Amino acid sequence: MIKLVGVKKTLGGQPVLQGVDLVIPPGKLTTIIGRSGEGKSVLLKHMIGLLQPDEGEVWVDGTEISRLKGQALNEVRKRFAMLFQGAALFDSLTVFENVAFPLREKLRMKGASVTTRVEEKLEQVGLAGMGHKYPAELSGGMRKRAGLARALVMQPEIILFDEPTTGLDPLMAKSIHDLITGMQRKFGFTGVMVSHEIPEIFGISDYVAMLKRGKIAAMAEPVEFQQTADPEIREFISVGGFVPPATASAIRQGVS
Amino acid sequence: MMRMLERIGHGVLVHVGEMGRMLIFVVSSFAWLLRPPLRVDQIVKQVHFIGYKSTFVVVLTAGFTGMVLALQGYYTLRKFGSEGLLGSAVALSMIRELGPVLAALMVTARAGSAMTAEIGIMRITEQIDALDTMAINPLQYLIAPKLVAGLIGVPLLVAIFDVVGIYGGHLVGVELLGVNAGSYWNSIESSVEWKDVYGGILKSISFGLIVSWVCCYKGFYTRMSAEGLGTATTEAVVLSSVLILVWDYFLTSVLL
Repeated sequence: MIKLVGVKKTLGGQPVLQGVDLVIPPGKLTTIIGRSGEGKSVLLKHMIGLLQPDEGEVWVDGTEISRLKGQALNEVRKRFAMLFQGAALFDSLTVFENVAFPLREKLRMKGASVTTRVEEKLEQVGLAGMGHKYPAELSGGMRKRAGLARALVMQPEIILFDEPTTGLDPLMAKSIHDLITGMQRKFGFTGVMVSHEIPEIFGISDYVAMLKRGKIAAMAEPVEFQQTADPEIREFISVGGFVPPATASAIRQGVS
Repeated sequence: MMRMLERIGHGVLVHVGEMGRMLIFVVSSFAWLLRPPLRVDQIVKQVHFIGYKSTFVVVLTAGFTGMVLALQGYYTLRKFGSEGLLGSAVALSMIRELGPVLAALMVTARAGSAMTAEIGIMRITEQIDALDTMAINPLQYLIAPKLVAGLIGVPLLVAIFDVVGIYGGHLVGVELLGVNAGSYWNSIESSVEWKDVYGGILKSISFGLIVSWVCCYKGFYTRMSAEGLGTATTEAVVLSSVLILVWDYFLTSVLL
């Protein structure tokens, strides 16, 4: 379980997080929504220790990580993987080498065992036979898939997704969503996703939280979240469209 | 008056802070180098990039530097009837000063700027964050091999520079201007001492460290924009070049 308590962060003199309290339930997919520039990615980076809060605490299963450094922080990070907004693939390596990277560097695996595991992951994300290509030769959607394969290859307990569908066409976005939810159901990892894809996220998430003015304004299951009385939240989610509870449930069933 | 003092004080503090950060950066990188795994493959790759790939430009520069030295030296020495000392003049200038300084400046221009740009792009596209999330320390994986490669590559390039420069001097002095070949080589043999070579080696090692240190640092802490990357690359080249010349003066004053 990831728990943030009173997290505050100022960047470049601008207060971004102003006392975030948030509990991410284990084994579920939680999506964080909010307006652009609200600090959703900043929040995500606090969960994995890429940023340290000015005030507050970040707990990962009983370990307070906000003051950890070096090897102690790396030990916690071994349980995580992160899919970055731009996939953050190493552009000097092929797709295969990118996916194999954590296996070779962290587990010191070599030879056929690496090949088997990487090819299995590439197949799962629909990139079979693309291992020899470099990231620059891939489309945006394929890069995200490759990033997802790299995130999954170490079989982490927690995966953070930073706007995994930004810049993709609706069909590609849907296929990435299906992939994420399908993998989450299959492997049962704890997923935290930052997304603007409303109303799609109501159909795929277990929980939805909204970041507003540096704080979590609401967090609930999708159906309950959409029935909020907060006029600002209602306005924000109504722009994307309302997904009736029955439809949301049907989408989730279809994905799994 | 107070405002001016405040400004000066602020400027001093900023620069002292920056120097401290640079020092921590290089010390941490070397400290990470001592921890397993030793990334020999990365070091070899970087030596190839900094050293081997700079060979052509270094040979070209060295050849013409030696040739112009011989040309200038010949007409100056002829006034005193000392053309026979041409070899000595060329060799000592190359080994003591021009070899280390010019080779290091060429490496800064060719490999140093590329290092800053490469690391800077990795920072902007979150590839360095991706390393962090995989519990792989970027200083150990990315920076330490480049620092070691600078320490190995630059002295080797300086050695090549010296030899090619002396042969360039021979080409102009002996083949074109008619200086006796025996006196050219004899004057080198009789005037060049071990302390000259030792001084050149010491300079080249320290210049290698300066180039890789400054260029890696500027790339690692680049601002998150294309403009920031351009500024970082310019600053890396300018600062490396200035530090090479300043450090050359201090080292020469100690070695003489």
